[in-house]
Amino acid sequence: MKRSRWDVLMSRYPALFALILFVLSIIINFILQPNMFAKETLNSNMRVFLPIILMSVGQAIVILGGGIDISVGSIVSIVNTVLATRVGLDGSPEKMWQFVFVSLFAGLMAGAINGFFIAYLRLQPIITTYATSFLYAGFALFILPNPGGGIPATIAALYRDTKPLGLPLAFYVIAIILSIWLYISSTRYGKFLFAVGGKPEAAYETAVPVTLMQFSTYVISGFMAALSGIAITMLSGSGNAEIGGSMTLNSITAVVIGGNAMSGGIGGVAGPVMGAITLGVIQNIISFAHIDTWWETLVKATIIVVALAAPGAISLIRRRRS
Amino acid sequence: MKRISISPPVAALLLAVILFLLSGLLPNGYGSDLDVARAQATNILRLSVFLGVIAAGQTLVIISGSEGIDLSAGSVVTLTAILTYVIVNGQDDKVLPALLVSLAVGALIGLLNGAGVTFLKISPFVMTLGMSGVVTGAIIIANHGNVSGKVAPIMTRLIARPLSPGIPIPNAIIIWLLFGLLMWLLLERSSFGKSLFAIGVNRVTAKLSGVNVTGMNLAAYSLAGALAGFGGFLVVGNTGVVMIQLGQPFLFPSIAAVAVGGTLLSGGKGSYWGTMAGTIVLTLITSLLTTMQMPDSVRRMVLGATLLILISIYGRQRSLRQ
Repeated sequence: MKRSRWDVLMSRYPALFALILFVLSIIINFILQPNMFAKETLNSNMRVFLPIILMSVGQAIVILGGGIDISVGSIVSIVNTVLATRVGLDGSPEKMWQFVFVSLFAGLMAGAINGFFIAYLRLQPIITTYATSFLYAGFALFILPNPGGGIPATIAALYRDTKPLGLPLAFYVIAIILSIWLYISSTRYGKFLFAVGGKPEAAYETAVPVTLMQFSTYVISGFMAALSGIAITMLSGSGNAEIGGSMTLNSITAVVIGGNAMSGGIGGVAGPVMGAITLGVIQNIISFAHIDTWWETLVKATIIVVALAAPGAISLIRRRRS
Repeated sequence: MKRISISPPVAALLLAVILFLLSGLLPNGYGSDLDVARAQATNILRLSVFLGVIAAGQTLVIISGSEGIDLSAGSVVTLTAILTYVIVNGQDDKVLPALLVSLAVGALIGLLNGAGVTFLKISPFVMTLGMSGVVTGAIIIANHGNVSGKVAPIMTRLIARPLSPGIPIPNAIIIWLLFGLLMWLLLERSSFGKSLFAIGVNRVTAKLSGVNVTGMNLAAYSLAGALAGFGGFLVVGNTGVVMIQLGQPFLFPSIAAVAVGGTLLSGGKGSYWGTMAGTIVLTLITSLLTTMQMPDSVRRMVLGATLLILISIYGRQRSLRQ
């Protein structure tokens, strides 16, 4: 069967469709909200999107390596509750930075636990991270049973209002992440990652350290989830053990909208970043289009399903025609 | 030396029995009172029925392979429970139409999932996740916050009460046993089952051996949807009330039950007996944790840890060296 040009393009640039969707959603948002690119609006949007962007990047790495991480939301909750209870509303900035390091370490540890069970004990990723998500969510609830606590307002303001050169902080974070990814994907680690995600048995036979690679993806994902937790804590300024719960499935959706294959080995990080922003923009569009509150969930879910279905539908139609 | 091997369903069932016997030693356990022990055992079995039926559909799609999974099961349960509630509205003669509508609606949603997965090549995880959002959205609109309806007396009698006053076994358990027998016939003694396992192991070889892979995939998802619909019918028959979050708590436990029962999440290997045993173990652990009056945080952690131990015992994948 001859492949159509669309198919070739899609398989060569997995993020192409994500880019189209990204631009399309931003155009629609711009029409509905003309002041979208004003400094303040841009910043207030991007600071809300950043936590899910960070989480999606970690999720993207795990999915590229052939796994999936359902525990990321619970790691966010742990970080949030640790910061909110240990730093406190009247804590000093030094204390905050100290516990930011503690949080990052907690994220690495949580990721290492996932990685140990999945890579070394060879358990199935979905069910293992589902089990650890209970473990971590329970731990977060143990630290902070009722919503409360918080971080000093000055530090929260640092995240909310920092705009170097007038651009939102998130832009710089994304730029750093993308440049790191650009570097990593050209190193041996990057090549190994795609090999392990594509076909672990073949990778093993060509002397790729499969177990170590799989382990490392979960550690990275734990670290990114911790960063996401720090960002969302600085955004909300308060503690809530359930804060991360709803983020997990969004991060997976963002990765898939970003063009990565769930089976691993195909995609990148730029696509999922665009996917995460697209999800946020869709939410924006819905609230600016004055859709009846009752209809919001259905409209949002339908848009997402259509977005997921579109690449497949296009290649199906093109194949019929040729 | 011959290695002792116990099949996962038997191991899970043994574990359930041991756990149950040990639970008698708890401070508020049944102690030496045999009647109370029997009543407790019956109650746990009765509670397992609903998760068991919902997990049946999950078993089918997971066996069908290619990352098959049904994340829309929870919302389908809610939808059909609400439909049953509204259609029956307290009248005995509306029970049968309600059951048929539940099955049909479930099957239709499953068919849409299957179509998305098969024709549009969307990964089952996100396809069914998106569908779950769409169904939830539809429920919110149709429901508008309040539904009026009522379950019929005959439903409570058929599902929650015992067959006759002499035998203290609720009908739900008998329905489940018959259901298990049907599932066994379907999986082990029919060409459908043979083909299902065949496409789960390897789609290409299955296709070359004359299995209609597309049709089988569509059938697996439709059947899974119909079974989730049946689950919703049973759940509302037991609880007698409906709410928007009725089905979601069943979703991930249904996947966990399949995994605990020894069915490989990668497909091609498994049984419904295993899922039944897994369901009983999970229900037992959850209800034990509830009766032990622990804080929610500790309960979640214990549940996560137990799940990890359970899957570590026999959820391990093949080692890379083989």
